[in-house]
Amino acid sequence: MKNFWNNLYGWFDERLELKELVNFMEKKYVPVHRHSIWYYFGGVSLFLFIIQVATGILLLFYYKGTEDLAFESIQFIMSKVEFGWLIRSIHTWSANLFILAIFIHMFSVLFEKAYRKPREVTWITGVLMFFLALGFGFSGYLLPWNELAFFATKVGSDIVGAVPLIGEPLKIFMRGGEDVTGATLSRLFGFHVALFPAIFSSLLIIHLLLVQRQGMSQPMEFEGKKKHELKKMPFFPNFFLRDLILWLLVLNVLAILAVFFPSELGQKADPFAPAPEGIKPEWYFLFMFQTLKYFPAHIWFIEGEVVGVLLFGAAGILWLLVPFWDKRSSRGERNKLINYIGLFAVMFIIVLTILGWLS
Amino acid sequence: MNYSKNNFEKQGRRNFLKYLLTGGVVGFTGAVLYPLIAYLKPPKQADVEVSTVSGGLLSELEKDSGKIVRFGNKPVILVRTINDELRAFEATCTHLDCTVQYKKEMGVIWCACHNGKYDLAGRNIAGPPPRPLQPFRVVLKGDEILISKQS
Repeated sequence: MKNFWNNLYGWFDERLELKELVNFMEKKYVPVHRHSIWYYFGGVSLFLFIIQVATGILLLFYYKGTEDLAFESIQFIMSKVEFGWLIRSIHTWSANLFILAIFIHMFSVLFEKAYRKPREVTWITGVLMFFLALGFGFSGYLLPWNELAFFATKVGSDIVGAVPLIGEPLKIFMRGGEDVTGATLSRLFGFHVALFPAIFSSLLIIHLLLVQRQGMSQPMEFEGKKKHELKKMPFFPNFFLRDLILWLLVLNVLAILAVFFPSELGQKADPFAPAPEGIKPEWYFLFMFQTLKYFPAHIWFIEGEVVGVLLFGAAGILWLLVPFWDKRSSRGERNKLINYIGLFAVMFIIVLTILGWLS
Repeated sequence: MNYSKNNFEKQGRRNFLKYLLTGGVVGFTGAVLYPLIAYLKPPKQADVEVSTVSGGLLSELEKDSGKIVRFGNKPVILVRTINDELRAFEATCTHLDCTVQYKKEMGVIWCACHNGKYDLAGRNIAGPPPRPLQPFRVVLKGDEILISKQS
């Protein structure tokens, strides 16, 4: 048996010169320091993305993305298909944990200033993937075609429509027409299972290649230290095995959540019924949604919503471009401003999410 | 002399090819992109043109209650007030597009999404809605309630 594997390796090695790759992987190290734990959240996000792809493909085998059949096909998955409830519940839970893991990963990178030169592109691809993850959440939320999803999509796309100039065409593009209808479902279904995964995968490949090419970012206080003072561990197998154990743990958490808190389905969407009470977006949109509530109907002569949407848009662009306006970190100087901004963002998100939850 | 003229001619030919190629590429890209973008723009669905719809029978609508009536492809809210008046408004909240409902306890038209309130004249009185609800005309023909657009 061993001979077989050796021969197989030899066959590929002869053609692809695998030795170089093996050498490269042997030399891959992970810095060890008191903030090392944050290195794991990128891997956890990746794992959850893989789960999403796998369960998503499984759901596609039974899901039907049309106005008449979407709700019923999910009912079918939940009640008739063996373990259908499990696959769907894991997909929803994994989506939530995925966004949570990305939040943690992103903020740890921010606080560590790991986006500083030369890792600007890694940051940008990461933030773009974060935005896409929100897009996945928004588009996936409508697919069960239930009451809550219907009105959440109406509200969400109407907020997009508030953006001056491009808002209205964008809203119509998203909805596939003036209103949220079966056309919207088809469109968001296409986004969710084809367009977004394609873009996301491309960004992910760039993101991961850059991490391999540039190695793990080190804390700023490591700079200027002598080589022998820096603690590190080999990626293979030390860090990799730790990664795997954590992934296993996450998978178990997912299973527990899916079994004890399976996804609900609610009522089928009815465009001619009043909006139900207690309609709320998914938790990761809640802080934005709650903030918009505090804007008055009119600020000066502009609608309050428009001001809010523009502010969030501006914040998103600034967030994407952090490595370019934080020049100090790239020069190796400490920039406390970033810590304050990050801390403010975390507090803002947590407080408004709780307020939104309670209201 | 001869040489530079030749060169000049060459330059001219090169430029000609450059413009031809650039123009070709631009034209080609446009020819590819235009149908794609046009495809993505949803076609205008003919609005179901209705001028009057039936809101059901008056005897079936209790005092101090309301219901949603389908007006073409838009929802309309019909309210029979406590003083036995009939009112109808576009049921789409002017805030963020949710569908409103009649809230008996408060005697207002209410949007569950963001707690927007309108009085029974359709005026936005509380919460985030920026504009009043557009009113519809209601007439009684025997026992039948007829709702029509206000001209």
